[in-house]
Amino acid sequence: MKQLNDIRPPRWAQRLLHWYCKPELAEDLEGDLNEYFERNVAAKGARRARWIYIADVLKFFRLYTIRKPEFINLLLHWIMIGSYVKTSGRSLMRHKLFSFINIAGLAVSMSVGLLVIALVSELLSFDDFHEKKDRIYRVITNDQRLDEPPMTLATTSLVAGRKIDASISGVEELTLVRSGFSGDARIGESVIPVSAVWADEHFFNVFSFPLLQGNPATALKEPYSLVLSEKMCKTLFGDVNVLGKSVLFDTTNYVVTGVVKDVPKNSHLRFDALVSFSSAKEHREAASDFNNWTQIYSVCVYALLPKGSDPATLQANLDKLCTTENARLERRTISLELQPLKNIVLGKSLSNQIGPVMRPMALYFFEGLAFIIILSAGFNYTNLSIARSMRRTREVGIRKVMGALKHQVGWQFIVESTIIALMALLIAFVLFLFLRVQFLSLDRFLSDLVSLDLTPRMMLYFVLMAMVVGFGSGLLPAVFFSKINAIQVLKGSSALKIFRHINLRKALIVVQYCFSLIFITTTLIGYNQYKSFLTLDLGFSTAHILNIRLQHNKEELLKKELAEIPEVGAMSVSRIVTSLGSLQGAGMKYKDLNDSIVVWLNYVDEQYLPLHGHKFLAGKNLKALPEGAEESEVVVNEQLLKRFNISPQDPSRALGEIIAIDKKKLAIAGVVKDFHYGTVENSIEPMALRYSAHEPWGYINAQVTTTDWPATRARIEAAWQKVDKVHPLDAKFYDDQIEEAYRMFATMIKVIGAVAFLAVCIASLGLFGMVVFTTETRLKEISIRKVLGASEGRLIYLLSKGFLFLLILAAAVALPFTYLLFDKVVLVNFVYHPPLGYLELVISLASVTLIALLMIGSQTLKVARANPSEVLKNE
Amino acid sequence: MKGTNLGEFEELVLLTIATLVNDAYSVAICDELEKYAGRSAKLGVVHAVLNRLEDKGFVKSTLGEATSTRGGKRKRYYTVTNGGKAALIKAKEVRDELWNRIPDLILKKA
Repeated sequence: MKQLNDIRPPRWAQRLLHWYCKPELAEDLEGDLNEYFERNVAAKGARRARWIYIADVLKFFRLYTIRKPEFINLLLHWIMIGSYVKTSGRSLMRHKLFSFINIAGLAVSMSVGLLVIALVSELLSFDDFHEKKDRIYRVITNDQRLDEPPMTLATTSLVAGRKIDASISGVEELTLVRSGFSGDARIGESVIPVSAVWADEHFFNVFSFPLLQGNPATALKEPYSLVLSEKMCKTLFGDVNVLGKSVLFDTTNYVVTGVVKDVPKNSHLRFDALVSFSSAKEHREAASDFNNWTQIYSVCVYALLPKGSDPATLQANLDKLCTTENARLERRTISLELQPLKNIVLGKSLSNQIGPVMRPMALYFFEGLAFIIILSAGFNYTNLSIARSMRRTREVGIRKVMGALKHQVGWQFIVESTIIALMALLIAFVLFLFLRVQFLSLDRFLSDLVSLDLTPRMMLYFVLMAMVVGFGSGLLPAVFFSKINAIQVLKGSSALKIFRHINLRKALIVVQYCFSLIFITTTLIGYNQYKSFLTLDLGFSTAHILNIRLQHNKEELLKKELAEIPEVGAMSVSRIVTSLGSLQGAGMKYKDLNDSIVVWLNYVDEQYLPLHGHKFLAGKNLKALPEGAEESEVVVNEQLLKRFNISPQDPSRALGEIIAIDKKKLAIAGVVKDFHYGTVENSIEPMALRYSAHEPWGYINAQVTTTDWPATRARIEAAWQKVDKVHPLDAKFYDDQIEEAYRMFATMIKVIGAVAFLAVCIASLGLFGMVVFTTETRLKEISIRKVLGASEGRLIYLLSKGFLFLLILAAAVALPFTYLLFDKVVLVNFVYHPPLGYLELVISLASVTLIALLMIGSQTLKVARANPSEVLKNE
Repeated sequence: MKGTNLGEFEELVLLTIATLVNDAYSVAICDELEKYAGRSAKLGVVHAVLNRLEDKGFVKSTLGEATSTRGGKRKRYYTVTNGGKAALIKAKEVRDELWNRIPDLILKKA
């Protein structure tokens, strides 16, 4: 029997019973259940008995058993909150330093939290304004060629769109959209470049872009119809009443059939003008190449599903359509997929995106960072409040003696931390306004994507976050204080174990310093590497070269105008600007016809190679060809010789060898020294330079030597105006372009640098608090030591060695970690980078140590210098 | 106020309390009901009925002494009040009256 008595009903079920049951009923009810439990244990075994017990507890949750809410308690609670606020305020004022540390730490970290909230809530609001947003799906395409990685595109073929519309049921409405219309709008005398989006007549049925003028059902029906945004109307006509007016693009007259309200920023479809889909010839002619199942690169198809229909049914129909169409393809499968409208901006990365997208990964990264930072500040709070607890245990003891319940004491501390968090929110908000500007100017992509304007909903989230942070960081102190035993405290017994968690707190400091060190070192190493990317010897000269985008103008005309400017020296023509990441490739073969590679290309004129200072290992430059002459020569790099083993040791013997690029047979006229065709992320690969003097979509590379750039630029601008009155000049120095190509890294370094700053701030505040606390509690000990003859230096050492040890521990973890991270993970992605030095590690350790020493030193010195008689007298 | 009618099961419970005299607490009542009425009485049902009877003023309850069984929890003992007694007697009278009014031929032979 004794054994049976040991078996107990589940504790949580008992607690549940006591929680919901009226106190006057609870005792005997529990007794009854216990009695049955004992019986069941004997009859059916412990396991069944427990199950029955739990079931019974749940069954007794009835109207007559449950406790009524005790209004009087709620009222008391409400009254007490006033008292909590008052005492919290007093405590804040009394401990100004600690309050300051807490508020400052929380404010700094919360400002980052606010930024992330603003960013996330704005991203989540994308495409929210469409009335039928839940039923709109985009048809995206998976393109799988044999032996090649699959590609997913945001676009699909025109054929797919038409077939879905015509033959597949379960689509209420379908609209075709294609971006990329551009032309020069001619209205009377003025010419304005306009880029627009083609859309068909169902566009306004699917999407909710309100029309200010015109009929949404017919506005985009007829060919050569044009719907303008309000803004575009004002630019073109200076007026909004423009219905029926005509705009000339090239030789075609377009008629304005509607005016649409400006597209809000949180729309993934962005346009200033819409052109009816039927305007483009290739859309109308069924026989054109454009109407091919494999032409999947241009058209976006948006389908509106009927209410309550299941996208899976439509997906099944799409699969069927693909199977039929793919039967005609060889070595390639094209499949269609539905992507909900809400997943477009924060969805998987697709090729041919229309409009801005944000990778969820990047967002998670930001969220994670903010979380770590806020957590860190929260830890500080918890840490300090518990460390300080000795000073407040008496207060809590008295409260308890006066009849405060456990949870009331707990609430007091939670209210206190919430007040601190709300005060921090005010400062954080100011910081956020400043941070927002910085953040948006980090990258054009970001300022294009979001504006981070304040909305009431966002403010609500802000306050909510502050409450959660306050609650979270106050929870542990609340639990701690509410468990305090009043008698023990008031007796003045020092047996109270407040130092129980000292190791935990030390561990927190080590973790905070680890993060600080990691971020600082990362910033330093990253900056160093980034600088080296910019100054990398590319193998040719980029100094003083201005690349001017031709924008479909005749290069001779521009050259002629530019030549008249004294600062402009030699000029060349090229199709692409190398070393910036843009590539152009083609198939290439040598003698063995089965051995084909992709060779990187640039098309240049005879001036290009000398102008850029390319070094010839053998042979000579490309010869200028007269208009219309057949090209026969090519200049290649060393890698190409190596790859095909065309006498790599002695390049001069490779001259005259015939290679075939894109089936065109060309003789090697020269071999240049290897140079960086791609960015530092790419290794140098076989490449060839072909002759072309006519590159309307390419660049003019002009040697510009000037001491007064604005004046020179104005002259170049004037020259450009003579050639092209419509398009603005697009000219950039080569070195600036390289800087721009690596701007992503600069952005990352800025972000990580800012985080490093925050991490150091928070960690330092935390450390400072700990030091202040420790020194204050050891004040008497120090004084006695001093009286007995300890020197000041000795005392400082005594007080600070514990903290220095923590710092060393953090360094021992963080520095090797960062080094390995860069060595094994990050820098592996860059083929060309300078070796990793130890200097950055030393600098970051030194700077963190310096800050920490300042924190520790200032306080320990104060204590060590204190007059012992002053301290000891006060007892 | 709540109705003072006695339901069938309420009547059974009330009678059981009366038979158990000083030992009427919920578990015992359940057991007794099972034994004599020959039907299973779930604690949940009996508990609810006891609660209702107390509301109607037919029984009153007191907590007993704590013992080592039942996890040290006290039992709640029920006794029939005067009102309960009156209700029982009234119910019986109504039945007897009705029984008496049945002509001999119909039920008594069966």
